Amino acid sequence: MRDKQDSQALLKVRDLSVSFTTDEGEVEALDRVSFDIARGEILGLVGESGCGKSVSAFSVMRLLPRPMGRITNGKILLDTKDLLTLTKEEIRKIRGKEIGMIFQEPMNALNPVKKIGEQIAEVFLLHQGVSHRQALDLAIGMLDEVGISDPANRALEYPHQLSGGMRQRVVIAMALACKPKLIIADEPTTALDVTVQAQILDLLQNLQKKNGSSILLITHDLGVIAENCDQVCVMYAGRIVERASVQTLFKNPIHAYTRGLMASIPRMDGIPKNKLMTIPGIVPALSQLDQGCRFAPRSGLSHPVNSLQRRPPFKEVASGHWVEACPVCTKI
Amino acid sequence: MKQEKEVLKLDQLCVHFPVRGGVFRRAIGSCRAVDGVSLSIKRGQTFGLVGESGCGKSTLAKSIVGLVTPTSGSIFFQGNELNSNLLTPEYRKSVQMVFQDPFESLNARMTVGAILEEPLVIHRLCGKHERSKRVAKLLKQVGLPESAAKRYPFEFSGGQRQRIGVARALALEPELLVLDEPVSALDVSVQSQVLNLLMDLQDQLGLTYFLIAHDLAVVRHISDVIAVMYLGKIVEVGPAKDIYANPVHAYTKALLSSIPIPDPSAKKKRILIPGDVPSPINPPKGCAFGNRMNSPNYLTSVDQELKMEKVGAGHWVLACPCCVHL
Repeated sequence: MRDKQDSQALLKVRDLSVSFTTDEGEVEALDRVSFDIARGEILGLVGESGCGKSVSAFSVMRLLPRPMGRITNGKILLDTKDLLTLTKEEIRKIRGKEIGMIFQEPMNALNPVKKIGEQIAEVFLLHQGVSHRQALDLAIGMLDEVGISDPANRALEYPHQLSGGMRQRVVIAMALACKPKLIIADEPTTALDVTVQAQILDLLQNLQKKNGSSILLITHDLGVIAENCDQVCVMYAGRIVERASVQTLFKNPIHAYTRGLMASIPRMDGIPKNKLMTIPGIVPALSQLDQGCRFAPRSGLSHPVNSLQRRPPFKEVASGHWVEACPVCTKI
Repeated sequence: MKQEKEVLKLDQLCVHFPVRGGVFRRAIGSCRAVDGVSLSIKRGQTFGLVGESGCGKSTLAKSIVGLVTPTSGSIFFQGNELNSNLLTPEYRKSVQMVFQDPFESLNARMTVGAILEEPLVIHRLCGKHERSKRVAKLLKQVGLPESAAKRYPFEFSGGQRQRIGVARALALEPELLVLDEPVSALDVSVQSQVLNLLMDLQDQLGLTYFLIAHDLAVVRHISDVIAVMYLGKIVEVGPAKDIYANPVHAYTKALLSSIPIPDPSAKKKRILIPGDVPSPINPPKGCAFGNRMNSPNYLTSVDQELKMEKVGAGHWVLACPCCVHL
């Protein structure tokens, strides 16, 4: 199964570890994280703040803040190219062309003193060697494609003149300009209203189908995961604790953290005013992580010593359903 | 069961902000942030208010706690009309607010104890010794250790800070708590802890909540009555279960259909709303939502006085010809 996936996968991340130098010393933000994204597939990364979702995305783009962030171990293969061995110039040719990125806060992702048309045109100028005039025309075409009305005039506006939803459309237009094979969307709708979120996700899905690209979708919203993804990785404290297809994960979650996360959100079909399930405590600080099962302190279950000292193996419990097999946290 | 006593009533409340321009910064127009809102909240109830950003939810909350002066209309608290320039200390004591961002709403230079004592000092409620006892009790109520009083806000996580925010609001033993997006800045697993705390406190202390949230599942979970707001107006209000089971206004229907459901096998029909909330500075002449949806009946709503109509027990809807089909 794994081998078959391997051969089809567009992006393969293997044993990726990332550490940051902080005031509290060296902290490990990612601990041997592995995942694959197949062609034309949407992979969701879900977890709470500080679990390593965004660090994974930034590592793939090689955009970790320097010199604090370092990739200490692992491989990131796009097709057959190892992104971690590329030089600065080589990775620049990949960013925006083969991998596009959509950021969480569109206002921060756009340059406030440049017209949006110019900003999108920059992508074409950098990667396709077209003239400035042609690049602007292509940019206007992109604005039209992402559903902005009157694109020729909108291209002359500045980011502050647009609403939040429109700005995110502009960011999507930039990310998709060169029809990249992989799109990394880091919480693309967190800053938006539900109605606009629905528009943006709908747009993203349509463009993905049209171009046949793959998406790495990062979110903390299980609803967004359920409606948009094919495969899901659940992250906790720098590790992937469970990976499965979206149907399997929601029907048959195994890890205690996944189950706790699902039970703690108020549901539209739940009983109002019922006590919500909670996960006690808070997400642990990265400087205080153990080698063993990291969910142990919050699971409310007593762990034997050996599962606290050694990292539980990542096991395939059913076809395509992988889980960090801590004997206590995965017992149902 | 709950007493049916009215705690807060708003009657045709308007908050218009002047838009200034020209050389002399004269008012050249107005931004109708809240435009004729009437509602009534009963004791012990949770009144949920939902709507997109920019629809006037927060302005409405601020006008209730007296941070914004209403342009016209009236506020009745426990049956007495408040003169907006004369918010009495009693009223300020009885209505308290919990803010959205627990990282910004606590003074970083004050200890938690000092933060919780401040309202007691301002209202000259009790002596020094009594105050520290009250602080200990408040911390216990929100599930924090007594030792927290000597620490500073940065030492706490987001969820714990929001508990401190709730404790501060409870210090004056208020009737009504205005909760402006109390959990939207928190992680999912922590969000449910704070929601449970809010529900417990309501049971214990008989509090009334005015809850603003954009997460419709959260609102549904803890509210008794829900109002849907669009461009400064309430378009639909009713018991929570009626609003979710039988939404009448086209906006309510569309809003509910855009919530992502955490169940991949759920098939549902999404009503996509094009565009954004229009600007309240220059609103459309007719029904604002009909205009956004390009409703074929939009022209019939132009220059009409739209009124709330009753569609069920306690369930009212803004009867506009393009959005409501009765």
